[in-house]
Amino acid sequence: MTWTWFHRLASPPHVYRLAQKLTPWFAWPAGILILAALYDGLVLAPPDYQQGDGFRILYVHAPSAYMSVLVYMTMATAAAVGLIWRMKVAHAVAASCAPVGASFTATALLTGMLWGRPMWGTYWEWDPRLTSELLLFFIYLGYMGLRSAFDDVQRADRASAVLAVVGAVDVPIIHYSVVWWNSLHQPASLLRFGKPTIFISMLIPLLMMFLGFTLLFAALLLTRLRGEILRRERTASWIEQAVTS
Amino acid sequence: MSVTAITVAGHEDAPSAFTVARLALARDLTLAYRKREQLIQPLAFFAIVTTLFPLAITPELSGLRPIAAGVLWVAALLSALLALEFLFRDDSHDGTLEQYALSGRSLTWLLFAKTAAHWALTGVPLALVAPLAAAALGAPISAAPGIVVSIAIGTVALSLIGAIGAALTLGVKRSGALLSLLTLPLSVPIVIFGARATELALKGESYAAPVELLAAIAVLGLTLAPLAAAAAVRISLE
Amino acid sequence: MSELSLRAENLHLWRGERHVLRGVALEVTGGEVLQVTGTNGAGKTTLLRALCGLMHPEEGRVVWGGRDVRDDLATFHGALIYLGHEPPLKADLTACENLKYWVGLRRRITVTRIASALESVGIPGLAERLVRTLSAGQKRRVALAGLVLLAVPLWLLDEPTTNLDSEGQRLVGRLIEEHTGGGGLTVAAVHHELAVSPQRLRRLELARA
Repeated sequence: MTWTWFHRLASPPHVYRLAQKLTPWFAWPAGILILAALYDGLVLAPPDYQQGDGFRILYVHAPSAYMSVLVYMTMATAAAVGLIWRMKVAHAVAASCAPVGASFTATALLTGMLWGRPMWGTYWEWDPRLTSELLLFFIYLGYMGLRSAFDDVQRADRASAVLAVVGAVDVPIIHYSVVWWNSLHQPASLLRFGKPTIFISMLIPLLMMFLGFTLLFAALLLTRLRGEILRRERTASWIEQAVTS
Repeated sequence: MSVTAITVAGHEDAPSAFTVARLALARDLTLAYRKREQLIQPLAFFAIVTTLFPLAITPELSGLRPIAAGVLWVAALLSALLALEFLFRDDSHDGTLEQYALSGRSLTWLLFAKTAAHWALTGVPLALVAPLAAAALGAPISAAPGIVVSIAIGTVALSLIGAIGAALTLGVKRSGALLSLLTLPLSVPIVIFGARATELALKGESYAAPVELLAAIAVLGLTLAPLAAAAAVRISLE
Repeated sequence: MSELSLRAENLHLWRGERHVLRGVALEVTGGEVLQVTGTNGAGKTTLLRALCGLMHPEEGRVVWGGRDVRDDLATFHGALIYLGHEPPLKADLTACENLKYWVGLRRRITVTRIASALESVGIPGLAERLVRTLSAGQKRRVALAGLVLLAVPLWLLDEPTTNLDSEGQRLVGRLIEEHTGGGGLTVAAVHHELAVSPQRLRRLELARA
């Protein structure tokens, strides 16, 4: 009986309605938190004594990077659930995660590049974090590429699910190897994304941004998920009623 | 033949796991031998790619030696990718892969045997030819053992992880680009540790540390990759 | 001993948006041949693939000897042979090598037994011929030799008489008769009537959606 909620999650109409109800509960708090955090971080918090105002991009960069990995792990978990229990909805969740995760990764890369410019004069450095993010971006692209290679949705779901799980095992190894690689060739200049010494006035907006981004991810995921379910179930009878209500 | 004979025969006559792997291996090696002129192709590709670097950068050996390890690995990676497309393709087309999946034997074990055959036919020759390419890029002959070891172990890991991509893209038209997009990011640790090991070998230093890390990845791949490849093959048969 | 039975219960299977198998149910017991007919696209191949476990039905199940095949797929596979449209042979191996690697994976066989199997399907001299040099009908006969050598209880055949002349079709009928005579089961998807005695024959007609 405790598994009933789990099995009901396998029903597309149920999940669709659940997603519809939950989305505003994530979207509004996300919007408020992010705006508050941005105001606090960009306007209220004092400039870093070492990096000046440039460090502020951290408020977008760090949460984006963190989300890019969190979204991947969510995607891989949903994919595994879909593979093991043959749940179509789980595959729909994984499919919905991918573009969101890729966007967070791209944001992390772009903000990383924008941070690098004032700090070291170049847009790109082969710093371990940026390099890992870039590889993660390629992995997302590969996942989406594999999905689009199949017309048959079921094959696309299951093949990309295997890829997602394999990636989940490999991503930590990739990250470790990139850190190792980078440590071998320690260049003379200060190359790391050295975090500015964190004061409490910086920490609070940062944590708010992390939380806000997580809620944003949830809201985006639920929205995309509804669209994904509609697309997959478009011939089903419950659709007309659900869309008009 | 009575029913009893049919049903009982199934268990007593079953070959051992070792025999099963030996047969799968022998089959693939025999097939490769029948078309042995094709075995040269990945090696030729490796040689050509290696040649492009001096042409594109500098003819000076002194300028090539610093980048030799990287060039070798990029060339090896690209040749390995080329060869990977054909790991399962023919078997998928003529239905023999399907028979493997329906044989009642472990598909994981059978695919492991296939990958082993693939490595013997592509990775090993690559590892043996690499010192020659390295010499052409200014490396000393003394570096040869280190080069062979690092590329041999690295190609084991590459074949294993590449098998997953090859299985996932079965039936996809013009899968070469997609296969590369899938396999290359996942192979980064292999390239990092492998190239480092080769670089140390070229310098005449001890390459034990990166080789051990490389071997650890290969072992991880040995245990997990055939499983994932088998899952991918079953998905392609659905 | 005739408790061998294959049963399919309420199989529903979708391919994309097509509802290919709509509540298919069947039962075959030892000594019977189930002849599955239907127009192209009716789902004959899909049914066979669902029966052998390559495809997963969304609903329903397949039962072999009283047990759901999903409980022990490996044992079920060990008891069956599935022959698709194309004979599963490698063009660059000889007929004998093909059988050695295909059948030998599942059961110990000798070259002598391979030779006698090839003889029983009417192609005695072709053991050392590369399969790429054989005609389509000869390739089909090599595959049939594999059927004989494997000696498993359940045969799932997708259009076994393809590329065979009338003599070849009689051969298929004879092989199936011998198999079922010994207590085996056969499920065959066909376009033409099988040359099998009517008392063993059961029929299933699939209709397109």
